Amino acid sequence: MLEIKNLHARIAEDGTEIIRGLNLTVKAGEVAAIMGPNGSGKSTLSYILSGREDYEVTEGEILLNGENILELDPAERAAKGVFLAFQYPVEIPGVATMQFLKVAMNEQRKARGEAELTTPDFLRRVKEVAADLKINMDMLKRPLNVGFSGGEKKRAEILQMALLEPQLCILDETDSGLDIDALKIVADGVNALKSPDRATIVITHYQRLLDYIVPDTVHVLYKGQIIRTGDKDLALELEANGYADVIGQAA
Amino acid sequence: MNMQTTTRLTTAEAALVEAFGAQVGDLPGNGAVIGTRDRLLDDLKKSGLPTRRIESWHYTDLKNLFREVPEANGSAGVSAVAPLIAGSSVLTVLQGEADAKVHAEGFSVSAYKDALSDGSAVKGLTALDKDDAIGRINGSFVRDGFSLSVPAGADLADPIEIQALHAGGQIHTRFPAVFGAGAKATIIERHRAETDAAALVSSISDIALEDGAEVTWILLQQQGAADTHLGQIRVSLGKDAKLRLYVINAGGKLVRQELRIEVEGEGADLTLRGVNLLGGDTHTDVTLVLGHNVPHTTSTETIRNVLFDRASGVFQGMIKVAPDAQKTDAKMACNTLLMSDDADFSVKPELEIFADDVICGHGATVSDIDRNHLFYLMARGVPENKARAMLVNAFVAEIAEELEDEKLVAPLEELISDWLDKHA
Ligand SMILES: Nc1ncnc2c1ncn2[C@@H]1O[C@H](COP(=O)(O)OP(=O)(O)OP(=O)(O)O)[C@@H](O)[C@H]1O
Ligand SMILES: [Mg+2]
Repeated sequence: MLEIKNLHARIAEDGTEIIRGLNLTVKAGEVAAIMGPNGSGKSTLSYILSGREDYEVTEGEILLNGENILELDPAERAAKGVFLAFQYPVEIPGVATMQFLKVAMNEQRKARGEAELTTPDFLRRVKEVAADLKINMDMLKRPLNVGFSGGEKKRAEILQMALLEPQLCILDETDSGLDIDALKIVADGVNALKSPDRATIVITHYQRLLDYIVPDTVHVLYKGQIIRTGDKDLALELEANGYADVIGQAA
Repeated sequence: MNMQTTTRLTTAEAALVEAFGAQVGDLPGNGAVIGTRDRLLDDLKKSGLPTRRIESWHYTDLKNLFREVPEANGSAGVSAVAPLIAGSSVLTVLQGEADAKVHAEGFSVSAYKDALSDGSAVKGLTALDKDDAIGRINGSFVRDGFSLSVPAGADLADPIEIQALHAGGQIHTRFPAVFGAGAKATIIERHRAETDAAALVSSISDIALEDGAEVTWILLQQQGAADTHLGQIRVSLGKDAKLRLYVINAGGKLVRQELRIEVEGEGADLTLRGVNLLGGDTHTDVTLVLGHNVPHTTSTETIRNVLFDRASGVFQGMIKVAPDAQKTDAKMACNTLLMSDDADFSVKPELEIFADDVICGHGATVSDIDRNHLFYLMARGVPENKARAMLVNAFVAEIAEELEDEKLVAPLEELISDWLDKHA
């Protein structure tokens, strides 16, 4: 599903290289966890996957289902099935949440040549998914993310993910800011989306989330490279010993 | 040495003088009114249209910008349109003449022409100061409009819509409105061109809120691409009166909208919101002079501007706090979204504070669309142009949303998004 080959990328503005020869393959149906110390480039990688202009890819390629997506803008990538649940979802005053959801769903459908949703169908979908995620419909009457608590924002991200049914889900620290019950609800939401033709990348610092969303593979990202890949036991090992050993072995 | 100087009039100034000569014979008004008209025109002739050398007109050099006076009579055949909000009481002014067939429920209304004819209008026909070109032009030429009165204690369920429509020509209207103690009402003042024919419009609304009155007044300026709109809103607020004044400019070639507001009663509150949607080769000027004249009064002023093409705009916001107006709380903000490198917007805030125990502040920002916002929307599949449009719309729609009442919010949002659809 996703193949990242020898990816080098830098900050467009000042040329600082953040991703330095990164290789990663995630197969359809797979849940891949990415862990790594603060500042190692995890969020940057997620932004580059979704096409943020602030970063410049200088070398390597990103293939989604065999197609190089580097030339596509974020909206085109979204239509191809890339979804990023942000570490810090932005508040957008003046944009009504429901209207935004409808536009996003229908624009993706249009881009894929599918029929647009009717309003009743759209509402039914949103209500269903919101109920699963225990999101109050009143919250969705507010402007996008405005005044949502930290946990509500994360839940709203998963709501969008469920509605947009992406192929590649990237969750950037979706567990941060969630209370214990919310973590369970969100994890259930993510698990419900698991399917043989969908891949998921879970970026996290904590085993706690991986107890609920059990990864098939675990990758350690350090200074812009994947320095170690293992199975779910690698996460347990990191939880117990920290990154020092893994970094030491890679050096 | 004493020298006789004859000021040379510009083409437009000469045309105004000539138009007055041609029209004065049939302009409504008793002797006192005609005398006042003569005097106002004479002052206008002597001082000429204001130039940038006059401080309050620095950003809008009317003498230079206003070049041509259109023919007095535009085309006939303009007819009333559906009100912005269904169920409104509609007061129609077509080509500057009030339509006498008015159905007024819960308030009283009469043609302003009557007040000119019987002379009761004379005390309002003044220029506010020596630089008040709009007061002079309107006072000289005004033909009609409506005088409104909402009785004390009335609570009008439906809005009153003043609908001033034209198809070019010279249009000079006036709308005095008095809201009695405790009265509650919503007024939509809508100025709209129905054709492309050039118009010169001047219009003054005199709004008086007596003690405890609560009024929402929404001015919608949607003149044509060849039109000059010279507007003035004069406001006085009594004790505990609350005015929400919305000024929305979404048209015109040369627009000056003056807001002269006097807060005269303790406990009074003003909420001023402005939206300027500017495109093409146009110039729009919103000039506020707000006097907090007594203690314990509050106001907030928020102006949002979106500019495309080669549009230019200016907001001048002067807040004066009188020496004994302690505990005044006034906050002014002006935010501009520049969507074109050739557009520009100037902001000139001025605080003249003579009391010491007050909170007064102002802030201004000029920005492009927030890239984080744009990325977020696009990352969810919204194509770039659509995402930009959503964000521009959001920037101004926020102002409409503050009205809270969906009946008002929805049509304003629609007006804004229609304008943006046409210009973005
Ligand atoms: N747009 C940017 N401008 C400047 N520095 C940036 C930018 N984007 C990323 N960086 C820097 O690149 C490095 C990697 O940042 P990134 O956010 O990807 O780390 P992370 O692995 O997600 O960390 P965390 O675990 O704290 O979320 C950091 O040093 C960060 O400061
Ligand atoms: Mg991060």
